[in-house]
Amino acid sequence: MAVKDYIRERFFPHIWCQGCGHGMVLNGLLRAVEALGMSKNEIVMVSGIGCSSRISGYLDFHTLHTLHGRALAFATGVKMSLPALNIIVPMGDGDALAIGGNHFIHAARRNIDLTAIVMNNRIYGMTGGQFSPLSGYGTKETTAPYGNIDHTFDISALSIAAGATFVARTTAFHVQQLSQLIKAGILHEGFSVIEVMSQCPTYFGRKNKLGGAVEMLRNFKEITTPKGSKAKQANPELIERGILHQIEQPEYCNAYEQMTALAQKGK
Amino acid sequence: MNANIKFVQGNEACVEGALYAGLDFFAGYPITPSTEIMEHLAARLPRQGGKFIQMEDEIASMCAIIGASLTGRKVMTATSGPGFSLKQEALGFAIMAEIPCVVVNVQRGGPSTGNPTHVSQGDVNQSRWGVHGDHAIVTLTASNHQDVFKMTVEAFNIAETYRTPVILLFDEVVGHLREKLVIPDEGEIPLVKRLRTAVKEGTDYHPYLPREDGRLPMSDFGSVHRYNVTGLYHDMWGFPTDDPKIVKGLQRHLVDKIESNAHQVQKYKEFYLDDAECILISYGSSARSALHVVKNRRLRGEKLGLIELQTLWPFPSQLIRERCEQAHYVLVVEMNMGQILREVKNAVNFPEKVFLANRIDGSLISDADIRNILRIIQGKGV
Ligand SMILES: Cc1ncc(C[n+]2csc(CCOP(=O)(O)OP(=O)(O)O)c2C)c(N)n1
Ligand code: SF4
Ligand SMILES: [Mg+2]
Repeated sequence: MAVKDYIRERFFPHIWCQGCGHGMVLNGLLRAVEALGMSKNEIVMVSGIGCSSRISGYLDFHTLHTLHGRALAFATGVKMSLPALNIIVPMGDGDALAIGGNHFIHAARRNIDLTAIVMNNRIYGMTGGQFSPLSGYGTKETTAPYGNIDHTFDISALSIAAGATFVARTTAFHVQQLSQLIKAGILHEGFSVIEVMSQCPTYFGRKNKLGGAVEMLRNFKEITTPKGSKAKQANPELIERGILHQIEQPEYCNAYEQMTALAQKGK
Repeated sequence: MNANIKFVQGNEACVEGALYAGLDFFAGYPITPSTEIMEHLAARLPRQGGKFIQMEDEIASMCAIIGASLTGRKVMTATSGPGFSLKQEALGFAIMAEIPCVVVNVQRGGPSTGNPTHVSQGDVNQSRWGVHGDHAIVTLTASNHQDVFKMTVEAFNIAETYRTPVILLFDEVVGHLREKLVIPDEGEIPLVKRLRTAVKEGTDYHPYLPREDGRLPMSDFGSVHRYNVTGLYHDMWGFPTDDPKIVKGLQRHLVDKIESNAHQVQKYKEFYLDDAECILISYGSSARSALHVVKNRRLRGEKLGLIELQTLWPFPSQLIRERCEQAHYVLVVEMNMGQILREVKNAVNFPEKVFLANRIDGSLISDADIRNILRIIQGKGV
């Protein structure tokens, strides 16, 4: 199937600004799905609210566009109900980790087989540029005009601590790696988190004088390095890209099936 | 004893009714006085191949059942006051996206953490208007375990028929009281199956294009039709739009599909109404005391009658107006500060003859409480 067969052309043009990283994530995602040769009927995309979450409407899967922060909770219901389905959950950084933080850590803890893609542009794009938990100390946003005093956290470290069994990171610049990681995440049985550093030139870029999309993408190239690279040893400030963590643990729906078998034996 | 006869709590009667109706997915979060519902389902559902999940909070529970309903399951969640507040946003989503589901609220005293282990009927209005924006909703209630069972089955049937969430508003007394329940045989109460689309694979399916009768055939996630579901105003494909014509049409549809079928979902019971000069109107556990008073007074030849409401929303205004036309006065018996009283006053032609017998201290309203008010109304002094 060609990539365009996965798109609902009827609903284009999309709502994203020119140069928005979210469109690049969409590209990487479609390449991953195509490479896996997945049937559209077996994919459910569940998203929340935000610029990032609009991705679901454009794709010809079963799509569920839910509430701000709650995508993983809806997705848990779909997956528990029909474990054979592949569930992909694109989320914004605010969506996943501010309002949705509780659902995020608990989906990770259960190790339910969902593929969470966190499109981290370090800002609330949809509502016009307020700071998110990922904005970082000292950055500027409409709700932090004198410099943000909120500290950020590390999505990967948080995911690992919460029990996610597949954790990866890349950027909107590294589209090839992005689709590789999404592919690996979908294939992984358990809760997978793929953090994609994505650019919002309209708000985060403009407020923090980072230039346009091109400059922001170049910056992603400069501040990141493949996991375990020599460059990281030389410069610990660099952010690692690639699969950061992958382990095997019982998956939630499988565990439920086993528990059910036990319950039925004792009937 | 017949296997179909049980001696159970009201919360268990709700479980039995839900399973009878075909419940096969439950998500919840513990909260008094509803917890027994989830505890029983945690034991029952896995044994019969259904799904049970304890979520991280009530918001997540509400979201999870909506997700599961989209795959074709019959779903339910159960909670009480604080949890019911948390569910409101996702409840609104289910209204907007037209997802069949059942939400149980076993009421306790509120607001806030309130009076967790004591009875109240304070969430009547929240069950109507807890969700923001104009909308319609169905709220059912019951005063005894046989009716808890019946109304629970009814809730699932209404949810499927109108593609809507249905709220079961019970209270602590009914939830925890133990009494007899006779479980009907299979087929004794008709069950409404989900209406699924007959549109073939490859043909454009419109998940949000109502048929002439207003109903919308569904297609399960995972089957051949792929479509979008959203909480935004949407077109017939489920795609977001702010086109004023579509927005207005959908807003009307969401309200009309319930309001224009109100008579179908308005359930009630009546006792001694024919010649009644004084009509009591009550529901839930309050109706038990109300019925007691009415029966005792009838023995003494006093012309009292009772309307027991089983559907609170949409409120049966017309029924109340007609039935109360000849009454000398009407007494609403409830455990809040007059939430149904207000509806009754609005419904009748003589609001000045409508009175309230209530109790708001966490105790079940008693026969004596009602008799005291009757004495005042009848001019006998206290
Ligand atoms: C309960 C609730 N609170 C607030 C909002 C408003 N809101 C919509 S999107 C959003 C933030 C979006 O930021 P993010 O999740 O990072 O996604 P982005 O737009 O940056 O892709 C907010 C606060 C909402 N829709 N619902
Ligand atoms: S506001 Fe930012 S995140 Fe939203 S579409 Fe524009 S560039 Fe993308
Ligand atoms: Mg963001």
